[in-house]
Amino acid sequence: MGRESHVDLSKTVIAMHDIVKKFGDFVANDGINLTVHKGEVHAILGENGAGKSTLMNVLYGLYHPTSGHIEVNGSKVSIDSPEKAIELGIGMVHQHFMLVQPFTVTENIILGMEPVKGLTVDLKSAREQVVELSKRYGLDVDPDAKIEDISVGMQQRVEILKVLYRGADILILDEPTASLTPQEISELIEIIGHLTGDGKSVILITHKLKEIKASADYCTIIRQGKYIQTVNVAEVDENELASMMVGRDVTFKVEKKEQEPGTEALVIKNLHGRDYRNVEILKGLELSVRCGEIVGLAGVDGNGQTELVEIITGLRKGTEGSVMIHGKEVFGATPREIFEAGITSIPADRQKHGLVLQFSVADNLILQNFGEEEFSKHGILKRDAIQKKATELIEKFDVRPRGSENKPAGQLSGGNQQKVIIAREITNDSELLIAVNPTRGLDVGAIEYVHRYLVEQRNKGKAVLLVSFELDEIMNLSDEIKVIFDGKIVGSVPGKGADENELGLMMAGGGAHA
Amino acid sequence: MRNTKEKESISFGNKLLHGNLLYTLIAILVGFIVGAILLQIAGVNSAAAYGKLISGTLGKVKFIVWSIAYATPLILTGLSVAFSFQTGVFNIGAEGQYVVGSLAAVAVGIFVKVPAIIHIPLCLIVAALAGGLWSTIVAVLKVKRGINEVLSFIMFNWIAYYLSNYIVNTPAIHTTGTGECTKDIADSAKMTIASDFLGSGATYNILVAVLAALLIAFILNRTTLGYKLKAVGFNRHAAEYGGINSNKEIVTAMAISGALAGMGGACQLMGMGMRVSQFASQESFGFQGITVALIGSTNPIGCIFAGLFYGVMKYGGTKLSLVNAPAEIVDIIMGTIVFFIAISHVFKRLILGYAGKKKAGDKGGNK
Repeated sequence: MGRESHVDLSKTVIAMHDIVKKFGDFVANDGINLTVHKGEVHAILGENGAGKSTLMNVLYGLYHPTSGHIEVNGSKVSIDSPEKAIELGIGMVHQHFMLVQPFTVTENIILGMEPVKGLTVDLKSAREQVVELSKRYGLDVDPDAKIEDISVGMQQRVEILKVLYRGADILILDEPTASLTPQEISELIEIIGHLTGDGKSVILITHKLKEIKASADYCTIIRQGKYIQTVNVAEVDENELASMMVGRDVTFKVEKKEQEPGTEALVIKNLHGRDYRNVEILKGLELSVRCGEIVGLAGVDGNGQTELVEIITGLRKGTEGSVMIHGKEVFGATPREIFEAGITSIPADRQKHGLVLQFSVADNLILQNFGEEEFSKHGILKRDAIQKKATELIEKFDVRPRGSENKPAGQLSGGNQQKVIIAREITNDSELLIAVNPTRGLDVGAIEYVHRYLVEQRNKGKAVLLVSFELDEIMNLSDEIKVIFDGKIVGSVPGKGADENELGLMMAGGGAHA
Repeated sequence: MRNTKEKESISFGNKLLHGNLLYTLIAILVGFIVGAILLQIAGVNSAAAYGKLISGTLGKVKFIVWSIAYATPLILTGLSVAFSFQTGVFNIGAEGQYVVGSLAAVAVGIFVKVPAIIHIPLCLIVAALAGGLWSTIVAVLKVKRGINEVLSFIMFNWIAYYLSNYIVNTPAIHTTGTGECTKDIADSAKMTIASDFLGSGATYNILVAVLAALLIAFILNRTTLGYKLKAVGFNRHAAEYGGINSNKEIVTAMAISGALAGMGGACQLMGMGMRVSQFASQESFGFQGITVALIGSTNPIGCIFAGLFYGVMKYGGTKLSLVNAPAEIVDIIMGTIVFFIAISHVFKRLILGYAGKKKAGDKGGNK
């Protein structure tokens, strides 16, 4: 891969021995070993719910191991709080950022460790320190910008700087790429290189094989709480990593039979719309999806994809244009009317739109259907039927842990939350399914399932609109790829034989041949 | 694996540790301890005061009857606030809805001449409608104009307060006898029980409160209406995505919440007050409802017990002067309890952390 390794095998910074962590009868970690050296990028690979985060929470002092011990820089330690972990030079960047939105970058970084001058915070020297740190590690941030104004990728850099500011030598990054665009991901990989070049060690929790290949030296695989093995990343390929993680062979390529698309299911004409800042973001977009085909919408985040989907599904009002589903105009209709007209969607933001986190999994599974005869009569919910449906879907879609029908959805891991949404939307079996980043945060096993399902819908003659930042996913599944740039479709190529470079060029606004 | 924590075996002990009840009881205990310290500082024998608080409220059947009578309106305003919390709004306006509820009930109770079997339900329904309407105005301002309901609720409390004083003083309704109050409601509108055994405070209006609590629990947990209201309350975006009209449900939720507080006003009037007096200050049944809702963990059934507890304390407060203790100590105790419930997550963390450590230690020891 041409990456430079900075591993110093003579210096072990972290050694976790035979870590067991039980929650009641449930064994989340069952004898896990982990050794990390100075300057090393060590990936922890496992499916959703395999126990990766638990292990890292043990290392960061959030959980106490049931048995086993930890050595940091050669001496045995007991990490009983995050404060202790920080003292030992361990820092963690969580998957969901913990930043104060109206504060500036500098203020967030120094929060809790503010340099003081007399009775006031010495913001000037703090700012200098931040600038120096960001230069040193190539973490480009504007120290004076407010968090609410900067992108997700920037916010992540702030989180990394926060950890570095506290003097961490070992950085734990929990699913750092889950919400990043492809560009931001490659920048992050570069930053990780700078960090290890300076003698820091990085522990990377992920289930994205490509990123492991691109950034990690060693990889420890965990499956269902058990330690499987630690491998030298240079010596294995993605397929081998995937099989080790899932415990069986995984196919990346989805089998898709040749099929002539039918009539037009979704037709969008001259669509205009504004974003949350009231700036026009859709500028006369035209798009159609036929029955029995998957149309992939490729594009860099922020070119109007989010607004497009929100307008189609009725969550946002467009300013003008037409959206027809099977000849029926739904532009400006309510979400309910649009749902009944035959459009369902897997939303981009699962915690905002997809789920009521406080509701049980069972209640979330009937979010659009609670009023239907199957689940209620005369306004009284049929609890038994709801429960039965939930059990059935949890089994079918492999939502873990089993038996979580009555657990609040917020207690599931991110990937399992996504499975709940997918289970619901897929069961709706609509004429048009809009899937926005449907596999974000899912492991390969689950991704395979979702992909197979999308193709199944297509094969049944249903229309599928796939909006994704993962170009691989788009190229793999789509019959037709459309490229969105600056609020318009700027290119259209058949999915078969599509060229990544050509698409990339169009996504950046060049080489349009619409 | 954030979810594994919940995977712990669901033994009774665990349920207790993870639920709210234990922490509410701790808060109540702390409230009494703080009260005792303050009483000692004020030079009052706290043991004597607490003794009186208990014997004066629960020592005789008549006392218990009075305590329940005090509790009824509090259960209803507590239920009103709890329901609003469950549906994502903050009804700090139960006070005003309570007042318009009692005004509506006193008007119907004085001027309408029908037998008790019609009169009593009629008064309750009209009071519920009045309270519901009072709250609906605020709800419409919220969804149509984006006005924060907390601000308008507080203003509507004062509007109700002065409206009440105005109406009490109109000649048609003002008492012909002495006193700054309305006429008494007709006997057919009274919810009292004539019984020497139960005493002069006996009323069956508690039935209204208990039935209302059961109904609200049913609506929240078993109906599509409750499902919609809670979905909007927890996550408006997801509710809308699911095809629920969130503005409509917010108005519905606030109307129901207001109706409950309005019924609280009617129950107090028809079971105990019999007339509406001119206010010199807000009566605070609505604000005490917030306390009840918090002690009851915003659970409708919890509100019954929390309301009874507050009723005991409130009635007990009137007895404290007998042992030269200030009645205000009750407010201090209740305030302290709410404070400690508000920070109960701190206890929860401490206790769960301790339990977790102990468990880990035990297992480590076995190995």
